[in-house]
Amino acid sequence: MAMDIAEELLKGNRLALSRAITAIENEYDNATEIMQKLYPHTGHAFVLGITGPPGAGKSTLTDKLARAYRDQGKTVGIIAIDPTSPFTGGAILGDRIRMNGLTMDEGVFIRSMGTRGSLGGLSHKTADAVKAMDAFGKDVIFVETVGVGQSEVDIVKAADTTMVVLIPGMGDDIQAIKAGILEIGDVFTINKADHDGADKLVREMNMMLDLDGVMKEWRPPIQKVIANQNEGIKETIENVENHFKYISENGILAQRRTERTKNEMLDVLNSNIGKYITNKLVATGELDEFVEKIKAHETDPYTVVAKVMKDMLK
Amino acid sequence: MDKPIRVLVAKPGLDGHDRGAKVVARALRDAGFEVIYTGLRQTPEQIAEAALQEDVNVVAMSILSGAHPHLFPKVVNLIRAQGQEDVLIIGGGVIPESDIPALKEAGIAEVFTPGTPTSAIVDFINANLK
Amino acid sequence: MSNEKIQAGLEKYNASVEKTVAKFPERGNLPEQRLYTPLDVKGVDSYAEEIGFPGMYPYTRGVQPTMYRGRFWTMRMYAGFSTAAESNKRYRYLIESGATGLSCAFDLPTQIGYDSDDPISEGEVGKVGVAIDSLADMEILFDQIDLGKVSTSMTINAPASVLLSMYIAVAEKQGVPADQLKGTIQNDILKEYAARGTYIFPPRPSMRLITNIFEYCSKNVPKWNTISISGYHIREAGSTASQEIAFTIADGIAYVEAAIKAGLNVDDFAGRLSFFWNAHNNVLEEVAKFRASRRVWAKVMKERFHAEKPKSMMLRVHTQTAGSMLTAQQPNNNIVRVALQTAAAVMGGTQSLHTNSKDEALALPTTESVTIALRTQQIVAYESGLADVIDPLAGSYYVEALTDKIEKEAWEYIQKIDELGGAVAAIEKGYIQKEIQDSAYKWQMDVESGARTIVGVNKFQQEEPAPEGLLKIDASVGIAQCERLAAMKAKRDNAAVEKALADLKAACEDENENLMPHILNAVRTYATLGEICGVMRKVFGEYEAHVNL
Repeated sequence: MAMDIAEELLKGNRLALSRAITAIENEYDNATEIMQKLYPHTGHAFVLGITGPPGAGKSTLTDKLARAYRDQGKTVGIIAIDPTSPFTGGAILGDRIRMNGLTMDEGVFIRSMGTRGSLGGLSHKTADAVKAMDAFGKDVIFVETVGVGQSEVDIVKAADTTMVVLIPGMGDDIQAIKAGILEIGDVFTINKADHDGADKLVREMNMMLDLDGVMKEWRPPIQKVIANQNEGIKETIENVENHFKYISENGILAQRRTERTKNEMLDVLNSNIGKYITNKLVATGELDEFVEKIKAHETDPYTVVAKVMKDMLK
Repeated sequence: MDKPIRVLVAKPGLDGHDRGAKVVARALRDAGFEVIYTGLRQTPEQIAEAALQEDVNVVAMSILSGAHPHLFPKVVNLIRAQGQEDVLIIGGGVIPESDIPALKEAGIAEVFTPGTPTSAIVDFINANLK
Repeated sequence: MSNEKIQAGLEKYNASVEKTVAKFPERGNLPEQRLYTPLDVKGVDSYAEEIGFPGMYPYTRGVQPTMYRGRFWTMRMYAGFSTAAESNKRYRYLIESGATGLSCAFDLPTQIGYDSDDPISEGEVGKVGVAIDSLADMEILFDQIDLGKVSTSMTINAPASVLLSMYIAVAEKQGVPADQLKGTIQNDILKEYAARGTYIFPPRPSMRLITNIFEYCSKNVPKWNTISISGYHIREAGSTASQEIAFTIADGIAYVEAAIKAGLNVDDFAGRLSFFWNAHNNVLEEVAKFRASRRVWAKVMKERFHAEKPKSMMLRVHTQTAGSMLTAQQPNNNIVRVALQTAAAVMGGTQSLHTNSKDEALALPTTESVTIALRTQQIVAYESGLADVIDPLAGSYYVEALTDKIEKEAWEYIQKIDELGGAVAAIEKGYIQKEIQDSAYKWQMDVESGARTIVGVNKFQQEEPAPEGLLKIDASVGIAQCERLAAMKAKRDNAAVEKALADLKAACEDENENLMPHILNAVRTYATLGEICGVMRKVFGEYEAHVNL
């Protein structure tokens, strides 16, 4: 079926939005063309990144926050990312099940994505999927991802505001992720706050923020939530909105978006150049030759790369 | 690398027997598919909408309550009506053989009855995706 | 013979078989040892404490002093399909054929608290059981069946309070007082969350409904078994034998704790708690499981809850043969499977038994296949000799060792669940579901790899013609049921219904109120199941499943 995906997407066709994200994810040939057509229509949505350790209840929280935004009359897009098995390449994308109540709401579009091994590529694909939803006209776009590692940090860079979700009773796990979360969290949410240890966790978090040293104008708020009972949702939305207001008024948003635009452009550039060069080396059979020579210690990777760069990028 | 096949595993109707659906979901994941499991009590409309938003290649449904003659065809019709012509739609569960011709006629590509190894489902999907 | 002598003999034996085993390797998936000896059992010293006598603590050998020498187990056949009138016919046929108790199966809309005319019920009405929308259907279901004489088991959980109220109301009309009623409601919501899937409300209000029933029945329906704490469905969902009893007893602990917290005295309700086990394929493992479960529960009740009445410590159990072990291939083989499962349940000392029919992997059973299933029980009872002495496998080195092993594994799980904060918390965290799923997946992979043989499925297959004569529920059943429902609604006193529902709503909002009298009141006005559950849904909300694949 020859559907003009971008054109249909801009008309509000949900299947076209779905196919656009597939083209982005699968790096289909038409992906670039689609993005070219969509780009002028982007830049309107507010992007909220949600991250935290497995089992923190991020999907349930996303579900409730999405409903709260819907109550405000805003349309919502959700990109939910789950890890792909490095051994089989398969994945269980299990976030949607916690958002089943949103499926029949025409103002909500949920898309599950697997990390598919290439985390570097994923951040750029996620950013493009966000743009597709933005061009479609979504007011608020959630990017939900598991864990707080470097790769997730890259993914949440697509967000205007980043929320870190933690739960009490995680024991020593929290120690390991503390350093990372302080840097990326604009707002903190302590979910499952009816479980033992919630207040202790809040105290610990506050202490860490106190010790952070650097004087910051924005102190990330810490909100206790019981997502499955809808408690603390309103306050969480307020925190997010306050943060957005803060970054908007202080020029931080503009700065972040500039930074993001630059990174995205470089991402596209780097990946295209990389692909271009790799494809050529594979096609001419040079790649195998180089590998053999390097293996035999006749030359080294650095010399080879220098030569390739010189030859190809004239 | 080939792009992973995306499969929606769904339980239409009201029955809560999801042992089979869950085992199939895990087996499909282990076969390298991306699996989206919808959970229990999904209406045909919810299943079709999830299939659209997730742009899946396959919809695999399981029913043990006997409601398949009503619910399976309904899902097929909704998915086709929204323009997803090439989604492969398969079903499984406690389904009498005499019901199978009508289900196939209605657009269910294959029906897997009790005792089917999960590898047969994987093979069928690999062989029949356009 | 002394232990040293046995040890020496065993070593000699083991050395002698080594060559054979090297030449002919043993099959996979077998017990660790090929042979069990007196060295594997605890011996005479612990007999009184761990095994004891029938009808005595810790009830390893059975809960009644004379077991089947007094009377056989209750042969209770689970049935119900299509309309109340059709099911009523099947019940009366079963009673005439010698069944000694009724067991009602309800359709899915009834189990989840929806009326037959709700859009979500489309395609499901009358399919897996009988459709009950209101007291009017219940009156037809038990027409010409004396509720003062029959004992009735109802497989109903989330809306158990409503169906029990309907049963009480039918009895009232027959002139049978509530304190004469005998039977069981399943009423076990925790295993619905963990394994069976027909839940409605979240755990907290669900536990309240259950304790309300305990309290109401202890005063008004004293002969009623207020809960059937079910491992059956946990096993069907794929658990192992040890997991079946461990997770179920953990659920039982949660119910007892909830009731005590609600102010009940343990000995006032614990005697009405009953259990529901699966009789699976491995005969000796199943016998050991039954025995171990009684011992674990007795210890739980005595040591943890300080129950004093013997009845509070007895694990009384209904059993059903394993539906998931029936094969669609060569369905006649299922008769043999069910016979062996029946033997296991009987040697395990069950109090009542449902035997599955050979065609249930294909459809609902026909009258003919249900009859064979019932006859299977009668043959085991009257002809096999298995019911002639009490706990006949006690003292088997293997069965005693296996009983100990299953008990140990169960305690380990119970401890783990305690650490997670009890069964409710463990379910909310998805722990129990995940353990069951892992076992189910392993089973399936073993079948597919051939490590486990299922006759007719992955070995000894044959070409066979399509089965004939299966029972089919016509779609017209749903339409007719909806018409009857509409006619009933037109006839009833709608003002009285409104008032009863408003009263129920107020009661739901007051946590200290027992809901049973209010539900019974609403049922009497012919308020429908969907209307009553609708009120509760509004106040209580609905459960959102935890899935962790």
